[in-house]
Amino acid sequence: MSDLLTLTGVHTHIGRYHILQGVDFAVPEGQVTMLLGRNGAGKTTTLRTVMGLWPASRGEIVLAGERIEAGTTPDIARRGVGYVPESMAVFSDLTVRENLVLGARDRDLDDARLDWIFGFFPALKRFWLSRAGSLSGGQKQMLSIARAIVEPRKLLLIDEPTKGLAPAIVMALIECLKEIKRRGATILMVEQNFHAARELGDTVLVMDNGAIVHRGAMADLAADVALQERLLGLSLETHQ
Amino acid sequence: MMILSGDPPRSRLLAVLLIVIVAMLVLTPWLFPGAKAMNVAVKICIFAVLVASYDLLLGYTGTVSFAHTMFYGIGSYAVAIALYAMGPSWAAIGTGIVVGLPMAMLLALAIGLFSLRVAAIFFAMITLAVASAFQVLASQMSWLTGGEDGRTFRLPELLRPGTVLIDKSAFGFEINGRTLTYYLVFVVSALLILALLRVVNSPFGRVLQAIRENPFRAEALGYRTVFHLTYANCIAATVAACAGVLNALWLRYVGPDTSLAFSIMLDILLMVVIGGMGTIYGAIIGAGIFIIAQNYLQTLMGAASSAAADAGLPLLPGLLHPDRWLLWLGLLFIASVYFFPTGVVGRLRRPKAGAA
Repeated sequence: MSDLLTLTGVHTHIGRYHILQGVDFAVPEGQVTMLLGRNGAGKTTTLRTVMGLWPASRGEIVLAGERIEAGTTPDIARRGVGYVPESMAVFSDLTVRENLVLGARDRDLDDARLDWIFGFFPALKRFWLSRAGSLSGGQKQMLSIARAIVEPRKLLLIDEPTKGLAPAIVMALIECLKEIKRRGATILMVEQNFHAARELGDTVLVMDNGAIVHRGAMADLAADVALQERLLGLSLETHQ
Repeated sequence: MMILSGDPPRSRLLAVLLIVIVAMLVLTPWLFPGAKAMNVAVKICIFAVLVASYDLLLGYTGTVSFAHTMFYGIGSYAVAIALYAMGPSWAAIGTGIVVGLPMAMLLALAIGLFSLRVAAIFFAMITLAVASAFQVLASQMSWLTGGEDGRTFRLPELLRPGTVLIDKSAFGFEINGRTLTYYLVFVVSALLILALLRVVNSPFGRVLQAIRENPFRAEALGYRTVFHLTYANCIAATVAACAGVLNALWLRYVGPDTSLAFSIMLDILLMVVIGGMGTIYGAIIGAGIFIIAQNYLQTLMGAASSAAADAGLPLLPGLLHPDRWLLWLGLLFIASVYFFPTGVVGRLRRPKAGAA
């Protein structure tokens, strides 16, 4: 299986802080890669650097065989990267529909695909013409994900989609992401909720201090409690 | 709803207010044929366009520009200089438009591409600098612009006050070239505002709103914010130049005070804030309230002052003296910002928006 996205020796500085200190990893095509690690390890910065929102100061980022580390954010988005930022990043002044139209960019909304999305997130259909700002937190998160998948994308970057959501909504979200995965999407996802990560992930990357400290199959990490404790400092009991 | 681009006023009171204002503007030549009332009505039309085009920038993209009067001035001067140099003909008006509008647009394009990449505050400073430079240029190049004295010119035969089109015997009032000019201004203003409404409700307008709310998210969806902001800047500048053309045609004069002064820029800012940013309709309300207050507050206060004096009340006659009208205008502004922080339109739309 080929790698859709590879990062080689990527460094990112934000102001005078050296956040990413030589990040190397690959995201295999058609798989879900989970990026785990404690707060401040550089997970969000990694996604933002791939997206061009914080430019890499050194290193190489290759998407589908082309270097993108010098590209602008809109350019990278137009190469087929969908980005779901942290914390319910919807356009609150616009309606649900308008948010999705923005996600589809220059194309018209595809009804079949919309029905598919409504299947996971019926609330979006119910509040189709409401202001996104008036939605609940979970509905905003659904809208944010729906906006990223309203058109097929090569690669989805998803930043902590389950953060702050009720368990029932987390379940719906996991089901949706599984379905997206079944359709052959490639996903790089940051996740603190180990349960969700284990459900979805094929491969796992663990970050600390701006570098990757562990890489392997999700199943191996899920089976090895000692390794989890060492890498993530968590015990599974509290997360099940 | 087609004509409003699917963006109706969404408040009964607002709709009534707009209908009243528009109806008054339509009927002004019949109801108040005096020169002052006509001037006020025309000013409302022209400023509604000017403020609406500024709203496209400030309200829909969150960009603060101080160069809006410059574009207005370019439109005014272009048509004025053409009429002055080529004589009163339709060809001259056409030349002024053909030269003026693209000039405003290109200047906006240049300013936008150079400075919309930088932070908003620098864009504001750059527009201020360019606008000041333009003002100096206009007053220094007196061979072309007439300097501080400006240029007085004549309109084509059809638009002159002396041209009687339908005399009094037909409807009981005279329709002359001045009436025709009035309706020309009114119709063009209405069309421009409807066009702006179309722009802000188009997919392009939605992208502008997205950029206003969060430029990074908009970029992450694949939108090049600089280009969108520059397009918006060009559209706003062109519409402002159109308003300038109308202004010159009505006044038959152009000078720094009537089309380039910084005080016009301040008036635009006040009107857009009073009316409500990011609504387009706010421009009509804001211009209506502000210009009526500007022109009639003094008269009203004079009447109130002498009434208070006749009634023998203490202090009030002095407070309401017509010379204090700017104080009251200021208080009116503070009150409107205090009670309607989102503008008149924002306030009127609020209950409905909350329920949605």
